[in-house]
Amino acid sequence: MPTKVIMPQMGESVAEGTVTKWLKKVGARVERDEPLFEISTDKVDAEIPSPASGVLAKILVRENETVAVNTVVAWIDGEAEAEAVGAEGAPATAVEAPPPALPAPALAAQPSAPPPAVHAPAPSHPVMPAPPLAPPAPTVTGKVRSSPLVRRIAREHNVDLARVRGTGLGGRISKKDILAYLAHPAAAVPAAAPPPQPGARMVFSAPTEVVPMTPMRRQIAEHMMASKHTSAHVSTVFEVEMTRIVEIIARRGEEFERRHGLKLTYTPFFVRAAIEAIKEFPILNSSVEGTNIVYKRDVNIGIAVALETGLIVPVVKRAGEKNFPGIARTVRDLADRARTKHLSVDDVQGGTFTITNPGVFGGLFGTPIINQPQVAILGVGAIEKRPVVRHDAIAIRPMVYLVLTFDHRIIDGAVADQFMSRIKAVLENWEEAVL
Amino acid sequence: MPVMTYLDALRQGIWEEMERDPSVFLLGEDIGVYGGAFKVTAGMLEKFGPERVIDTPISESAIVGAAVGAALMGLRPVAEMQFMDFISCGFNQVVNMAAKIHYRWGPKVPIVIRGPSGAGVHGGPFHSQSNEMWFVHTPGLKVVAPATAYDAKGLIKAAIRDDNPVIFFEHKFLYRRLKEEVPEEDYVVPLGQAAVRREGTDIAVITYGAMVWTALEAAEQLEKEGLSLEVVDLRTLLPYDEQTVLESVRKCSKVILLHEDTRTGGMAGELAALIAEKAFEDLDGPIVRVTAPDTPVPYSPPLEEYFLPSAQKVAAAARALAEY
Repeated sequence: MPTKVIMPQMGESVAEGTVTKWLKKVGARVERDEPLFEISTDKVDAEIPSPASGVLAKILVRENETVAVNTVVAWIDGEAEAEAVGAEGAPATAVEAPPPALPAPALAAQPSAPPPAVHAPAPSHPVMPAPPLAPPAPTVTGKVRSSPLVRRIAREHNVDLARVRGTGLGGRISKKDILAYLAHPAAAVPAAAPPPQPGARMVFSAPTEVVPMTPMRRQIAEHMMASKHTSAHVSTVFEVEMTRIVEIIARRGEEFERRHGLKLTYTPFFVRAAIEAIKEFPILNSSVEGTNIVYKRDVNIGIAVALETGLIVPVVKRAGEKNFPGIARTVRDLADRARTKHLSVDDVQGGTFTITNPGVFGGLFGTPIINQPQVAILGVGAIEKRPVVRHDAIAIRPMVYLVLTFDHRIIDGAVADQFMSRIKAVLENWEEAVL
Repeated sequence: MPVMTYLDALRQGIWEEMERDPSVFLLGEDIGVYGGAFKVTAGMLEKFGPERVIDTPISESAIVGAAVGAALMGLRPVAEMQFMDFISCGFNQVVNMAAKIHYRWGPKVPIVIRGPSGAGVHGGPFHSQSNEMWFVHTPGLKVVAPATAYDAKGLIKAAIRDDNPVIFFEHKFLYRRLKEEVPEEDYVVPLGQAAVRREGTDIAVITYGAMVWTALEAAEQLEKEGLSLEVVDLRTLLPYDEQTVLESVRKCSKVILLHEDTRTGGMAGELAALIAEKAFEDLDGPIVRVTAPDTPVPYSPPLEEYFLPSAQKVAAAARALAEY
């Protein structure tokens, strides 16, 4: 019996996902739980395993198409049908629509309505005979049918019509539909990016290429702007000598790797130092709610991880209760899973303080934007040897710039600097056993 | 308030203007002794005398030409066309004389040319036309088409008082079928103002003349189905009330243009263009016309019934548009 492959719900508030890559071609054999396709949602990017063993009979949602959760994105034929598919062979491949010649952005640039074919096999046909293979219904992307009025309302409210369900003739979006959407924009669907400032639109006379933002990109854009509008950002920069840490890594690194099976890196040192300082200055681990300051009991340190397609901040939960190796292991695990798209929604939620590492690519320091609703973010620059003055002589020492961006609404410069000098002291006079 | 027919209200309007202003006089075929083919002018000869109620030869050109001349000499003639179909015989006097004199030479031409138009009474192709558009396309004229008894009186009085030519299309189907309370006192319905006959939210039906009643009947039916029609009665076709039309379109977002006149070159086409130009971004569906087909008005009653827009046809169009 054919099995539906659906767009999974990655977390409570996620309403839609974009198929970023099909890992199997139509007609290919796939085992249950074998990675079948990759998706990108507002919260996470993930690899989705196949729900059944069989043959990938039909792909209904192309790469770069965004559909609502629970939309059927493909059909897998069970063992019995698998042969039948094999016998017919040819039509199945025809189903896979994307012409390879077309660059992906060009496809994605069109507002994509979920093709009717995707909706059809929904709940009303629980047991559907083998999906029609012979005449492959061409998946129609492209035009969202609406009306001049609907387009105007969409423009005025900055609504992406691809998100609005049409109930008019042939799925047309009517006034009723868009008004209903505006009244209850699926709690899930994140409000589209803030409307462009009038006059801010630039007109390029040179040839351009229009590429829609990925859901992750949109989310980042929204979060960054929201943060800038929310907090009173101030940054303070400290220079920290890393001699002690460099020595520890040199001395204990091998032993650490042997014992724990992972490399001893700098990151856990900064996490530990931040936790120590937060214990003394808990306001750095708070958030603002109206006119209240909410102190968080747990210290959950978010670690920004750069990805090819964007940025994600997995969280070391209850980092304050973990010992050094525990933190090191968690950081490593989260970073690995972020890069292989195996983070769960829970992994990226609940952070109370964030550490970002602009130094990876050689930056001396940056002035990061606070990850709301947190109130501070620590930026770690590149560690490099620099000439410094020690005992009236010029010495060569491994140095790093640490930047704290803090929310001046509730944290004053004095507190921020005391917090930073505490971090500096912890790092320069490291005492804790790392093994 | 006395209940009177559309025809009685019209007669009362003319009567009152005759009493009010001695420069008003009537001319037309068989309007005196016979009282007019439809009896609009019954009793006028007895009341106002042969100098102010003049039976003319069967010559529309002469009737209109005499009216234009009298108007230039300071009178306010009201000329009857026995059927509005026959105004074609006076066409040159209407469109080249009456319509252009004020523009070309300055003097006012306060004439009213009135008469029965429209179908539904098995009058055949020469006695049933809705030929208002011949004149809506003529700058210099005003074109009026009352749908109610109240308006028949109020608009004929406004037309008589207007200082330039007004072509006044009465609807013969409504003459004796429509009975309403009409105030006996003096009032006018200003030219150029439409009336919203029924408030609605889903589809605006813009119409005039007898079709106002067709639209209201359809609205009544559709209300039971949960579909809310707004009915706008244009009352004056030239100059028409842009503002009221656009307001209704903006309110409902969907529009049906309804008239008894044939389709091509009809008022609906003009309104469709207006709406597309000025309210395009208020439209949630195509502009829909419900009109008679492009044929002469058939004599055969079943064919005439087929020819005329009906409440059923309006309702069917409205249902389809609502689903769009």
